[in-house]
Order: sequence, then C-alpha cells, then structure tokens
Amino acid sequence: MSAFSPDSNGFYGEFGGAFIPEMLYPNVQELQQNYKVIIDSKDFQEEFRMLLRDYVGRPTPLFYSKNLSEMFDTNIYLKREDLTHTGAHKINNTIGQILLAKRLNKKEIIAETGAGQHGVAVATTCALMNMDCTIYMGEIDIQRQGPNVEKMRMLGAKIVAVNSGSKTLKDATNEAIRQWINNPVDIHYIIGSVVGPHPYPDMVSIFQSVISEEIKFQLKEKTGRENPDCIIACLGGGSNAMGAFYHFIGDKKTRLIAVEAGGKGVYSGKTAATIALGKKGIIHGSKTYLIQTEDGQIVEPHSISAGLDYPGIGPAHSYLHDAGLSEVVNVTDDEALSAAFTLSQKEGIIPALESAHALAYLSKVKFKKDDIVVVNLSGRGDKDMLTYKKHLGL
Amino acid sequence: MNNRIKQLFEHKKKNIVSIYITAGFPSLSDTLKIIKELDSVGVDMIEIGFPFSDPMADGPVIQQSSETAIENGMTLKVLFEQLKELRTVTQLPVLLMGYLNPVLQFGEVDFINKCHDTGIDGIIIPDMPLSYYQDNLQEFCNEKGISNTLLITPQTAVSRIHEIDNNSDGFIYMVSSNSITGGTNDNNLNTDYLERTQKLQLKNPQLTGFGIHDSASFNNASRYSSGCIIGSAFISHITKNGIEANSIKQFINNLHS
Repeated sequence: MSAFSPDSNGFYGEFGGAFIPEMLYPNVQELQQNYKVIIDSKDFQEEFRMLLRDYVGRPTPLFYSKNLSEMFDTNIYLKREDLTHTGAHKINNTIGQILLAKRLNKKEIIAETGAGQHGVAVATTCALMNMDCTIYMGEIDIQRQGPNVEKMRMLGAKIVAVNSGSKTLKDATNEAIRQWINNPVDIHYIIGSVVGPHPYPDMVSIFQSVISEEIKFQLKEKTGRENPDCIIACLGGGSNAMGAFYHFIGDKKTRLIAVEAGGKGVYSGKTAATIALGKKGIIHGSKTYLIQTEDGQIVEPHSISAGLDYPGIGPAHSYLHDAGLSEVVNVTDDEALSAAFTLSQKEGIIPALESAHALAYLSKVKFKKDDIVVVNLSGRGDKDMLTYKKHLGL
Repeated sequence: MNNRIKQLFEHKKKNIVSIYITAGFPSLSDTLKIIKELDSVGVDMIEIGFPFSDPMADGPVIQQSSETAIENGMTLKVLFEQLKELRTVTQLPVLLMGYLNPVLQFGEVDFINKCHDTGIDGIIIPDMPLSYYQDNLQEFCNEKGISNTLLITPQTAVSRIHEIDNNSDGFIYMVSSNSITGGTNDNNLNTDYLERTQKLQLKNPQLTGFGIHDSASFNNASRYSSGCIIGSAFISHITKNGIEANSIKQFINNLHS
C-alpha cells in the first residue's frame, strides 16, 4: 500500500521532516512509531475498508463526462469524491485517523478547518465513534462558510473561533497545535491535509490513496487500461491531489497535474499559488515551499476558495514538483468560478470551488482526441452557494 | 565553551532571573533601551525574541507582541543592526530566541556569525529538532562559542532528557507544565516532574519557564532549578505600563517581594 513513502525521518528528498517544539515530541514520536504497524494490521484494514464502503459510500463512481469530453474534444472522466458521505474526500482521512486514535487510546479529537469540509468530516466521524470533538476555525472562515459551521454544531462538535493572526486556516492550525501542546496525552490531532510534521503527510496520503486505487480498477473496467494519460486535481495543502496521484506517482504513462489557486492572479499579491511564488521554509512542522516575506514571515494567502487558502503545500508535493514528477499550474478565482458554472450546466453537477480549480485547467491545456483525462472532483458545491450566488448573478 | 552564560551559572546557583523581551516591541527602537534598563535593575540574563508570524509554542501575549514588532518593521536584519551596540549597554548573558523559518531565510551560517559578531551568547529555537541541530549547526555553534539551549517538558522521557543534557552547553530550559507560554494557573506547575528532573543530576543547570508570572510562581519554581525565565508576564507588564520611569524596576522588584 505504501508505494510512495518518505524516509524514516519523514523526508521526501529535502522536504518534510518534523520541525516541532519539544512539547510535541512525545506525541509525534508515538505516532511515528505506531502508525504503520496499526494501519497495516488486519483488524485496522477490515474496519477501515468496511467503513469506507458502508458509511462513506465507496467506491465513488468514475463518471464519463460526455458533455465535457465533447466540449474539450477528448475523454474526460470525473472521480466523484463529491458523492461521499459529507460531500468531499476529506472523510477518507478522518475515518482512518480516528481508527488510529482509538487504537492509541486517545480520548479527544481536535482539528483545524478552513472551508469546513474537513471540520464536518471530523465532527461526523467523532459522532460515529463517540469521541469528544473540538474544531478550530478562523473567524473569517466561520463567516464565509456558515452552513458547514451549523452542520458541525448539529453533529455535536465544539467550534472554537480563532481570531489571532489572519483569522483563517493557518491560524486555526496554530491554535489546534497549541491546544495539543496543552493536553498532549489525551488528544489526537486530526490534521486534514498532507501537511504538518512527519508522519502526518505520509499517514494522510495513505488514507487518501484509496482514490487512485479506485481510479485504477475503475478505468481498467471501463477502458481496458489502468492508466489515464492525465490526472488533474486541485492543490491547497494537497490531500485530494495526493490521493488521486498516489498509485500513479513515478509512472511515466500518466501526467499528474496539480492546480493551485491563483486568486486574483499570481502577481496580484492576492494569491495562494505556493509553487508559483513560494520559497523553501518551515511551516507547521515541515519543510516545504511556502509563501513568505524575505524575512521569513508567512504571508496570508488569498483564494476565493477557503479550502485552498493555505500559504504552504504538503512536503510531498514540493518534492514531486522539484523532481519533475508532477506539473503544478494555477488558475484564477474567475476561471474557477466560470468552470463551476460550466460543469453545473453541462453535467448537472455543482462542484466545490476547490474542485472547480481542477476543472478550470481543462480549458487551458490541449489534450489529444483519444487521451483519457481524469479530473478529481474532490467535493460538492453546496457549501459555496453564497459565493456562487454573489459572483454569478444568480 | 566559556561564554557569559557559563560564567553566570558558575557564580550563581539559585534564583536566577532571565527576562524575555520581544525585539522591536513596543516600538522598533526600544530593544536596547529595555535591555539597558533590565541590566540596571539587576536581572541576570536576557532573551531577545525575534518575531515570527506563526509562533506555535507561544500564547496570545507573545503572539501579539510579535505581530506588533513585525508591523513596526522588526526583522533579523534590523535586529542585528541594533545589536551592534549591545555590548556597550550590558555585559549580561544575552540569548536570541525565535523560530527556525526566519533563521533559514536569513541563512543559518550568517545567523550564527552575526550572533558571534554582536556578542550574543546563545540561541533558543523551539522548533529546531535536536537531530537537525546536530546535523547542521552544532559544530559551527561550538566553533563560534554560541550555546544552544534545548527544552524539556513533563512528557520528555528520561532517556531523551539525558540526550538533551549531553548536547547542551549552557543550561536546559525546563518547561514548567504542559502548556504554551503565558499561562497563569498556579496549579499548573508540575512539581512531580520538576522534582524528578532535579534528581537526575544533570550536568547542565536548569531554568524553569512558561507560566512564571509573579513572586509566588517565581519562588515556587525556583525551588526546583537555578531560576526562572519570565516572558509573557513581562510583555504584558510593559504593554500596560510602558517602559519609562520605574515601570521595569517595579516589575522586577515585585518578583522578589
């Protein structure tokens, strides 16, 4: 299962590692020493697979999008993560991590959330598993993601509004880490993306890798071949992209394209395009590319999509990019909005704004007529209706 | 290594007071003024925090002072300019404390060189793992006479405490309880752990930090170590009372009351 792994210290080439204060060392070490053994155990795998199947609703369909295929004169398949329980790929990871937390005898779950998709997935999983749940969310994100906040509350989670720093995802992450420092024995921190100190990037990648595992066998069933010519996924922290890429990494038959949030344009000062602008540094415990000042202060990013609004990317993505194993591109807020509109009206699927970034890249690249392109439709757009309404004059 | 930190701990075994300040706070040019004042009111050691936008081991007080300092224009470049005058205002041991990312952007080697050139005695970088220090900086720090202070917490295993002790050459920063900086709960002090650590007979002396905010918590914590580090409480005090007149003196006097 672990086809693509970091070294024993959590490094993908020069990226990754565990740059954490000593207060977190025992927790992180406990995870490092146990995660693989637990995940590989038969009992874990059985419970994980059962829940993915019967609770999450996997495998999610791989849908041949006839109308988009005609429009772009190629063959486009949509991996329908939007059809999972809670409406995004995030739950693949939260199920995995809560099963791990149970086996480590943790009593309480904390998590950060930006768009609220990860928060809803964590709250859902905690309800299912009867664990106490506290979600840290930036005040600004709470305002722009109202429906998800109400869902988390209904599911029984406690929401902590974070008003430090820029009041968005990176600050929610800081606060969650602080809470973890304050109670290191009982708490498991469910990070929602392939970011953070080792082993989080690897652990989250493994849980999300079910996406590419399914793409392989579903595509084989439909077309007779396992490998698409290209996979496109949006990239914020990078968990859905890592899930969609995982089993194709290093396989030259498949191009892996990650689409970052260009915001109002890469050079506008209002962007979350980390690879386009970033320099190497340390954020939330790992070495990766991040958007920062010359003095090493982390810059508040901008994206219309709260889920891509993060100044770093997972260390594995930094590695894939530098090693030439993936292509990292970006599209603007407006291009993403327009793509969301197109998919809604052409196929009757309202995508999440995050996923709309991946879709938007279709009109910026020319594929061959008989190419097979898989777009990872990481989430559904219910949570974004207010934004869609505002921008599209509905 | 024989720097000012070593000398301090050789001459003073108890009730050492080390004060943390945020560089460039309250105003950009206050750094040296505060150091001079702290020197004159009899503190034993000073830690200068260089600000970072995302200080994950710190509470709201230090995060806020860091944000203000960044807005004031404080950077490592500016700080080292200011510190050119450091040794004209104090002969106390002085450490720089902050997070790894600004150091990486400045350049690790340049950072240590500048510390050496301006008369800085040691560094504390909470998110720099011991293994990273050993692989990248230890040799150069030794060569330049810069000591590196590592942290231990109530959760740190005894074997790791010894490993940290073996790789320290000034003092060990003993985090008082499971917390971020700036706690004020007196019951927070984990005395079991402080006693346990005292019995380990480490080769490096220890200072207790995190949550030390008044004479009671100072005296209590000092029983288990060579003294205390005070950060958030001092920053709160100067935020409220300023740095002029007797403000700083009063804070230190209250500590000893």
